[in-house]
Parts: sequence; C-alpha cells; structure tokens
Amino acid sequence: MLTRRSTLMGAALAALVLATPALAQTSGVDLKLPRQRVDLVAPPFVHPHEQATRQSPKIMEFRMVIEEKKVVIDEQGTTFQAMTFNGSMPGPLMVVHEGDYVELTLVNPGTNTMPHNIDFHAATGALGGAELTLINPGEQVVLRFKATRTGVFVYHCAPGGPMIPWHVVSGMHGAIMVLPRDGLKDGSGKPLHYDRVYYIGENDLYVPRDENGKFKSYDSPGDSYADTVEVMRKLTPTHVVFEGSVGALTGKNALKANVGENVLIVHSQANRDSRPHLIGGHGDYVWETGKFSNAPETGLETWFIRGGSAGAAMYKFLQPGIYAYVTHNLIEAVELGATAHFKVDGKWNDDLMTQVKAPAPIPPKVEGALPAKTTKN
Amino acid sequence: MPLALKFKVALLAAGIAATPVAAATLLADGSRDIAARGAEPALVELRPGSVAYRAAGEFTRAGKIAEAPVVIVRITQPLAIMKTQVSAADYQRCVAERGCKALAAADAREAHPAVQVSWHDANDYVRWLSRRTGASYRLPTDEEWAFAAGSRWHDDGVAIDANDPSRRSLARYERETELKGTVDGTPRPFGSFGANEHGLIDLSGNVWEWTSTCFTRIALDNPAAATVNCGVRVVEGQHRSYVTDFIRDARAGGCAAGIPPSNLGFRLVREPNVLERWFGL
Repeated sequence: MLTRRSTLMGAALAALVLATPALAQTSGVDLKLPRQRVDLVAPPFVHPHEQATRQSPKIMEFRMVIEEKKVVIDEQGTTFQAMTFNGSMPGPLMVVHEGDYVELTLVNPGTNTMPHNIDFHAATGALGGAELTLINPGEQVVLRFKATRTGVFVYHCAPGGPMIPWHVVSGMHGAIMVLPRDGLKDGSGKPLHYDRVYYIGENDLYVPRDENGKFKSYDSPGDSYADTVEVMRKLTPTHVVFEGSVGALTGKNALKANVGENVLIVHSQANRDSRPHLIGGHGDYVWETGKFSNAPETGLETWFIRGGSAGAAMYKFLQPGIYAYVTHNLIEAVELGATAHFKVDGKWNDDLMTQVKAPAPIPPKVEGALPAKTTKN
Repeated sequence: MPLALKFKVALLAAGIAATPVAAATLLADGSRDIAARGAEPALVELRPGSVAYRAAGEFTRAGKIAEAPVVIVRITQPLAIMKTQVSAADYQRCVAERGCKALAAADAREAHPAVQVSWHDANDYVRWLSRRTGASYRLPTDEEWAFAAGSRWHDDGVAIDANDPSRRSLARYERETELKGTVDGTPRPFGSFGANEHGLIDLSGNVWEWTSTCFTRIALDNPAAATVNCGVRVVEGQHRSYVTDFIRDARAGGCAAGIPPSNLGFRLVREPNVLERWFGL
C-alpha cells in the first residue's frame, strides 16, 4: 500500500542514493566471481553457449542498446514505429545457466525520445528489475539478478501505466534461457542435446488505417500513439508475425536444418496467446510452459504459448523438404503473417511416407462390384 | 457492316493523321507498336512464331508425379497484346461505369497497374472494354503469355525424383526465392521493370498476370484421362502459379510452404478485327 509516509521514505531513499553514488557502485563489485562478456546476436539466431557446463557460476555480462526506429513490417511496405532492444523486435535471446548472475547494461541513447526499462520474468523482485532500470534518453543503467529458476522466460519493457502495453506491442520484448547446469533432460533424466537452436519471437502488431483503409505511416512513436492505442483496445492485431515482419523467416531467411538433427525452437509471445505447430513434423520434447524443472511433454502436434511466456520445443527432423512453422490459428498464420519455413536437407524415408498413386481421375465403377451399402434393407 | 467498316477506316485514318509519329510503329523484331487510341489501350502486335513452352499443370507417368513436358507452341496469327498491364485508372473507369466491381483500394493512378484483382474481375473488365471499344478483348492463354514474354518467361521445370518428393519442393522453393530477389510487393509505376525484346513493359516484375488457362492434371501415359479444373487458373510472373479464380490477394493465400505472387493484375489480348484479318491493316 502506498502511504504518504512510504512515498516520503522512497523519496528520502532516492535522495540518499543520488547523494552517494559510490555506495551504489560498491555493491556491484563484492561478488568474487569470474565474469564472462556475451555478445548478443539478433533472432532467430542465438549467441554461442554451452548446453551443460562444468564451470562454476559466473557473472554473465550483457549490453543492450534500446533503439526507436521506423521499420517495414510487410511486403506492401507498411511502416511501423518500432521500439527495440538491440535493434530487433523481438530483442535477442540471452542464454545463461542456473546460478549464474545476469548483469545487463541497458543503454537508452540520446537519439531516442522516451524513457524505457526492462522487466525480466526470470528475475525476482522490483517488478522484475523494471523499478531499477527506468532510464531517460541519454542514460544507461546496470542491473544484476541471479538466475535462480531454469527455463525460457520473457523480458519486456514496462515503463508504467499505458506505456507498458504500448511499448511491448511496439517490439520491446525478448527472452532469456536459463539452462540447468547439467543441461536439458527428458522426463526420465536422460540428457537431451540440441544440434541447432532458433529463437522465434512472435509479435502482435496494431497498425492504424486511414479513412481509405490504408495503413498509416507516422514520423515518430509519439505521433502514432493515440491512433495505435485505439487499435490496440479492439484487441485485434493487424499483423501477427515472427521476428517483427511478415516473411522474416521465409524465402532467403528460411530456417535451415538437416535430417537427423535435433533442433530446439524457443518461442516467446509477450502479450498474446499463440499455438505453434510444425506442419509435417512434431514436438518430440516440449516444455510448453517453458520451465525446465518440469518434465517435457512428448510427441506433441501443437503446443500452447500463453501470452507473457516463452516455451521450448525440441524436434529431430526425419524427412527432407519444406516445413512450415506456424501459429495454428491459421488465419493468423496465413492472413496476418505468422508463418516461418524450415528448409531441411537429407534423404527421404519412404517408410514414413510415400505417394502410392499420384492424383488421377476417380476410376469408373468396376463391373460386378458389390453395390454400395444403403441404410435400407 | 459496310458502314461499320467505313467508320473504322475513317477512325484509323484520323488516328494516323492526328499522330504523325504513326499509330503503328514497326519494331526491330518485326512486331508493331500500336499506340493507345481513345479507350483502346496501347498494344504490341507480335508476328506469328513459335516458342519452346513448359506445359502448365501437373503431370504423372505410371501413377507417379512426372516432370512437365516441353512442347513447341506455334502462334499462327499475329498476336496483339497490351504493352502494359491494365492501369489502376482504367480499371476505375470500368468501376465508375459499373462494368467492374470496386477494389479494396480505390487507386486511380494512370501510370500504376490495377492490382489485387481476381480472374472474375479481369473478365468483367474484358467485357466492359470490348463493349466500349467494339473490339474483342480477352485474357491471353498461358501459351500466348509465354510467347509474348519471351526472355521474361521463366521455365518452371524441375528435375523430379519419383522416390523423393522433397527434391521437387526444395528445388522449387529455392528457385522462387531466387527469382523473387529483394523486390518488395509495392506496385510501381509502369516501366519500373523495363521492357522485353518485343517492347512489352514490366513482364515478371512484382505483378503477376492472370491467364485464361485452367489447371489441368494429365497422365502422360494416358493423355485422354486429363482432369481439368477451371476454378483455378494459371497466373504468370516471376514464377508460374495456380490461383483460385475468386482470389484477389494471392500473397496471403499461397500454400503453407511456397512463395506466393506479390500482386495479381492482368493485361489483355485483342482479337484481330475484320479489317486486320482481311487486309492485314
């Protein structure tokens, strides 16, 4: 409960922190742990990491620069005022191990127009770190939290009130994967290893239209705000896409794999429910709720990603060809854009599937054949 | 009829007199450039000829998917085909005169193609234009389109391994991705994709064009057993595609794992009129 006294105390505390920056600094260096700097890469790719590790916990150093920018979100050239962690929407996937410390330097360059922060669903306290990371353009902040729970977790910007949903659906979300120190395991404790990992971040976008039904373009995020909120409040996105735009994971950008490889697909949705499905494949091991302390489900056809969570699915490709990875609300997949493609090389397995007879006209009735059964008699 | 003939001759003469450049210009390849006149669009009349053509449709042999054969298509009459796709402005004229159904976007730009039109929309336009001009217009067949497109026509043959269906889908995907390149789907002004050797503009740019050819499946070892589905027509462009006739926007309606056409538009063929047929005018 927010009383006048606590408000005053808060103000006093803030004044104290401001007056003694040295004190705030010292708390950051008392951890006598090795440090490792990690260079993040944009989705769908993931920075190099160990799956199981013999090393003792470390301080994992990350740096993310917030970038507000105009991007194109579909083939028709529709523009969008994006807010991004590190220039991509979603932001990059961060990977650490349980017991590691995540130390993030969050930078809000002076070229941006708004305050931003970050809320880690993997972190404990202070609104996931959001309270401690609100920075104006021209500022940066360093947050450290201990990765105490394993799994894949969403992070997102949460600068307060109506800014929260707007910043999130403008692109400010991503995911962190906290691996068990001894790696992933199936339900009976057998280690699971992936040959490739892809991070698919799903965006629901709400783009206003003009009186002729054409998508509007804006010069700054602020200009777009009022119209965008109006579209958001109808809860009907104009685009549902992976990695920030229609076709970001098709054609030249299709995901690659080979027959026999285990592929881990991390899927996050910071704001809305989704139902990933791999057309022509399955989920061998699926952490639907994304938390590795629970045994993965096996052999799934479609899995569910609750809005505000991330999930992980592992699949060994058994057949070459083109696969579509969609959200199996097919209206969203086909009409709104949530389709990715996998190009898989390897040898076809006739035993798993074969076209016994290619399409041909229905043969005429054979003379002397038994008449079709009827309900009479 | 004689009156109509006279009228046409007079019109032709007037057209020539009004445009000293000449209404019909002979091009280097022997085709004739026919300038726009009133409601008549600018046309290019190609001389008869032939083209090696990868047959449209799906083919089987011995009950297995087979590669589509290449056949020689002979065009025996001069082929008069529109120099550009039907413009957004011309389509809007058809809408204004209640010959065509309104499109999602009321674009009326003279130098931009009409896009997001279905095969039925294109045929409404055919009827309106034919009525308005007194000439007989129609969609080209896929063979005619390939003949007119010349170097802009893409052979979509792929080696087929009857025992590995993934070879075909991967090869097709690779090629369609390659052809699509980095061009986005925003329609561009006429001329943006240049002219082919016959002076036809913007073939295989980012607007695919409807043809009158139906989707067929033919058993090469029993051609009589063809299945013809005229609810799906061939569209031509960067790659050949098969689109359901009432679809206006194929980019959201392709199959789950293909590269769909960016835009659907069309250009028409004008049937030779009596004068042309009799006197080669």
